[in-house]
Amino acid sequence: MTTQDKPAVNPVLAVLAWLWVVVPFGYGLYELLIKIPALFGN
Amino acid sequence: MPAGFLTRERIVAPPGWSRWLIPPAALSIHLAIGQAYAWTAFKTALTATMLKGDPNAGVLTALPFQLAIVMLGLSAALFGTRVDARGPRWAMVVSSSCFVAGFLISALGVSIGAYWLVVLGYGFVGGIGLGIGYISPVSTLIKWFPDRPGLSTGIAIMGFGGGALIATPLTNQLLAAFGGSGAKAAASGVAQTFLVMGLIYAVFMSVGWLLIRVPADDWKPAGWNPETQTAGAMISTNNVSAANAIRTPQFWLLWVVLCFNVTAGIGILERAQDIYKDFFGAGVSPAGIAAAAGGFAAMLSLANSLGRILWSSASDPLGRKRMYMIYLGVGALLYLAITLLGNSNKVVFLICSIFILSFYGAGFSTAPAYLRDLFGTYQVGAIHGRLLTAWSVAGVLGPLIVNALADANKGIAGPGRYTTAFIIMIVLLVIGFVANLLIRPVSAKFHEPAEKIIRPEGAQA
Repeated sequence: MTTQDKPAVNPVLAVLAWLWVVVPFGYGLYELLIKIPALFGN
Repeated sequence: MPAGFLTRERIVAPPGWSRWLIPPAALSIHLAIGQAYAWTAFKTALTATMLKGDPNAGVLTALPFQLAIVMLGLSAALFGTRVDARGPRWAMVVSSSCFVAGFLISALGVSIGAYWLVVLGYGFVGGIGLGIGYISPVSTLIKWFPDRPGLSTGIAIMGFGGGALIATPLTNQLLAAFGGSGAKAAASGVAQTFLVMGLIYAVFMSVGWLLIRVPADDWKPAGWNPETQTAGAMISTNNVSAANAIRTPQFWLLWVVLCFNVTAGIGILERAQDIYKDFFGAGVSPAGIAAAAGGFAAMLSLANSLGRILWSSASDPLGRKRMYMIYLGVGALLYLAITLLGNSNKVVFLICSIFILSFYGAGFSTAPAYLRDLFGTYQVGAIHGRLLTAWSVAGVLGPLIVNALADANKGIAGPGRYTTAFIIMIVLLVIGFVANLLIRPVSAKFHEPAEKIIRPEGAQA
């Protein structure tokens, strides 16, 4: 068997699975990035 | 008889299953358990409420985190073989149950005024969840991505670093919403925050154990040829059991490599804000330097997370041994640059710090692939679990060196306060560099017979 077999996964499921983890991570990343400019403020 | 919901047989992927669904499953676990690095938010809230006025509040509020990290190492080492044997869904369910139970027990403890329940819940029970959760997806990812093990484990272990990025603002916002922080902070608000976070993580982690699949025994990536992959490289096609692995010099050399790499990184990470203030605080307003130090700590967290995926991915084409030579050798030179230049050049200081922390993160994420190269996939999860005891030791050693020497040099102003500590870090990194150089392929006497590897009972993922 290889990854070229007929897909057994709905593409929507794959997108949702990635959004499930990327959205919270993006939120955390945003909260972090807004603190960094203070580093160059003095 | 149908296979049970948690068994490995139940989650063997059907033909055509996308291996790109495995990283989000792994991230659902690692992004959750990475919350451990955000314990500071609870520490502050507990000091201001439940332990208000207690002269030992500092020590007491550190206990749940310290116990959790100790339990992480111990449970990963003790349960690693069972995790490999029972499969990732079982491990993820156990991890989720323990991790969530830790929050719920802590919520109960805060609400009834029993602090020992917070230590027991978050530290002991939750810590077991951390250890089992940390290793749960590793061998599965390596089997789904035999062509790119560094990338796949880098994604998951980056999640552990990223977990704190999510948990810190989330905890602070929940504490504010429930009245667990601020001028009128109350213990009930802290209890509610523990409760709600436990429920959030229960839902979030469920996607991990629902989505996880193991590849069929005869599965391999399209176009991938293991023979060409291993030719001329330090990648073994043989397998070593966890019991045998710890009898090899390679395991203990790698243990030293990981321990000293983590020690060097965690020393600067744990005291990041104070180091920045000591280096660049002269002539700056307290508010200004506090904000800048916060920005410095945030930047290091980002470097720690990104280093986990970037350098680990680079290890696939460049080789694990070569990457650790960079982490340790260049890391030592960067520490030397900071020590020699002091606060004379802020940009150089920042660049050096960013790379040191990126190498710190990378040391974690490249380790599973290095283990796979040396010991094969047979019990790589269990071997990884045993290796994580190096993290437990480094977690004590790094902060101890930097804090003890910084406290002893209180009378010295500026960067000179850290000179001795940084020189020790350089020495440790050089020792790690030499240990890595000494790593050679594992002797054939430790290899498992081929028939033992393919039997269903011994199959792991």
